[in-house]
Amino acid sequence: MTEHAAAALPPNRARRSFVRGLRRDWPLLIMLAPAALLLLVFHYVPTLGNVIAFQDYNPFEGDNAFEAFINSEWIGFGNFAALFEDPAFWDALLNTLSITLFQLIFFFPLPILLALLLHGLLSARLRAFIQGVVYLPHFFSWVLVITFFVQMLGGAGLLVQELRAHGFEAWDIMSNPDTFIVLVTAQAVWKDVGWGSIIFLAALSAIDPTLYEAAAADGAGRFRRLWHVTLPGIVPVIILLLILRLGDALSVGFEQFLLQREGVGRQAAEVLDTFVYYQAIVPQQWGLGAAAGLFKALVGLVMILGANRLAHALGEQGVYSKS
Amino acid sequence: MSTTTAPVDPPLDTIPTVPAVAQRARPVWEEKPSAALQFGKGAVLSLVVLAVLFPMWSIVVTSLASTQTINLAGGMVVIPRELDLSAYVLMFSGGQVTRAVGVSLFVTFVGTTVSLVLTVLAAYGLSRPGSFAHRPLLFYFLLTFLIYPGLVPSYLVVTGLGLKNSLWSLILPGAVSVFNLVVVRAFIMGIPSELFDAARVDGASEWYVLTRIVLPLSRAVVAVVGLFYAVGYWNAYFNSVLYIDDNDKWPIQRVLQSYILAGQTPQLDGAAFALPGFNAYPPTLAIKMAVVVVTIFPALVIYPFVQKNFTKGVIVGAVKG
Repeated sequence: MTEHAAAALPPNRARRSFVRGLRRDWPLLIMLAPAALLLLVFHYVPTLGNVIAFQDYNPFEGDNAFEAFINSEWIGFGNFAALFEDPAFWDALLNTLSITLFQLIFFFPLPILLALLLHGLLSARLRAFIQGVVYLPHFFSWVLVITFFVQMLGGAGLLVQELRAHGFEAWDIMSNPDTFIVLVTAQAVWKDVGWGSIIFLAALSAIDPTLYEAAAADGAGRFRRLWHVTLPGIVPVIILLLILRLGDALSVGFEQFLLQREGVGRQAAEVLDTFVYYQAIVPQQWGLGAAAGLFKALVGLVMILGANRLAHALGEQGVYSKS
Repeated sequence: MSTTTAPVDPPLDTIPTVPAVAQRARPVWEEKPSAALQFGKGAVLSLVVLAVLFPMWSIVVTSLASTQTINLAGGMVVIPRELDLSAYVLMFSGGQVTRAVGVSLFVTFVGTTVSLVLTVLAAYGLSRPGSFAHRPLLFYFLLTFLIYPGLVPSYLVVTGLGLKNSLWSLILPGAVSVFNLVVVRAFIMGIPSELFDAARVDGASEWYVLTRIVLPLSRAVVAVVGLFYAVGYWNAYFNSVLYIDDNDKWPIQRVLQSYILAGQTPQLDGAAFALPGFNAYPPTLAIKMAVVVVTIFPALVIYPFVQKNFTKGVIVGAVKG
């Protein structure tokens, strides 16, 4: 007795099947209720709460957040105007987009290369060992990752210490705004290159080995097989991940930047998320922060739907199938 | 909203922990790679492995070093000269680090338990197409992937509920990960339906089916999802910046940040209680590195137990919507 069947029935029988469905499935509803409630409170209520982007929200206008919301003044697009007039916002947006683009070029291909290397290993034991090691940093917090970089490459770290000991001039890569984009990319690579290779490894092992055999029999060399067999096999995954990354174009590792903003300064390290934290939450500019958040969410939604449409147009599957 | 990528689907055997054949034979049609290529591959892979292991090694060795060794090395130590546990003894004899580890352990254990229970319950509740209001309910859960509340409204809701300075602010807002829920749900839906039918014919309740049939079969996926949750709780940093002002309630990540990145000197009231035979005032750098080791430790301990199940969990979740 599916829903579709119920929808086709005349009203009174539909109601009966509604009651019967409820009577039969109420234990399932009770089971998913707690999770649904948490999502309501911590996801959907805040999502609706974004309307304070159109208010001069003042938390002291009432005894609780909801009363304050009712009593706060509506100011239309005032917060957005203030946001778009703020040069710091555009700096943060530009930084975010440059970092995303930089990482698309210098980070995105690396897990694919690592997966190809690992896939080519003949010894399964060696491969399992290397996988075990390279997946590990994914489970480290950003605080840890940055601590590792500070202790190895920072001003008081191992590299500088050894360079000084051998009479070389030392520099502090951790607080240099000019190379910050390289540094954050290196950190992201260190943390996630191994983890990112998993999905490509799965795609590689899904390629039918007889294709390679046939190609080799036809005289295709190593490079030809890579180009004509391996690559087409993993392109759908590459497209999928590119779309997801584009949808997230305005999010770069938040904690990573929050933690290093003091060290390298706002000019290089301010991204949209840290902008919201420092310009809205710390000074309690709620309306402005909500406006920035809404802007980010809308751009993200447009990007992911647009990228998905592009993928369909190119004949790829994309994230959401059309049905 | 079905998400599919057909080519990723079938084989989930990328991490053979107990490989049936430890050495795959080179197919006859494949040419032997040139020595240069072989060497290049080996060099790159060794470098990648070293880049992960070397910093960990140096940090552990420094945490175990004496003042003398650290002064001799001029900072971080690479070659161990002794095993001095003073930093650890001091760290765990009371004071900020001991407290922070306690807070983080509490948040991790309670949080993971809450998350797992809610996730498995909801995943089972959503696992039967055709059940009451199945499609709208599924949509309600999946929509959270597409729309995301910003930082400011979330902050206002959490503080509005009076959770500021409560450890629940580190647990409840992220307690249900819909991604993990989808992973578990996909697994449950893969269980042969004959098992459910048989149980229902025998009059088993949903609760009975969940606890006696589904859970025993889904141990692997529950372990992986549990690891994801536990790591998430243990590693959480920003939530505590937002919600916890009282530094007696700081989790370990926050304390690590204050020592290493903000450059504060570790405050350890336990100095006077250091055990005989140990240095009551170990070098600050050793203490800091000991805090780093403590912060990594849980990940290292649980990691091998669940590693074998990674690919399965990750891929199934990534591929099926």
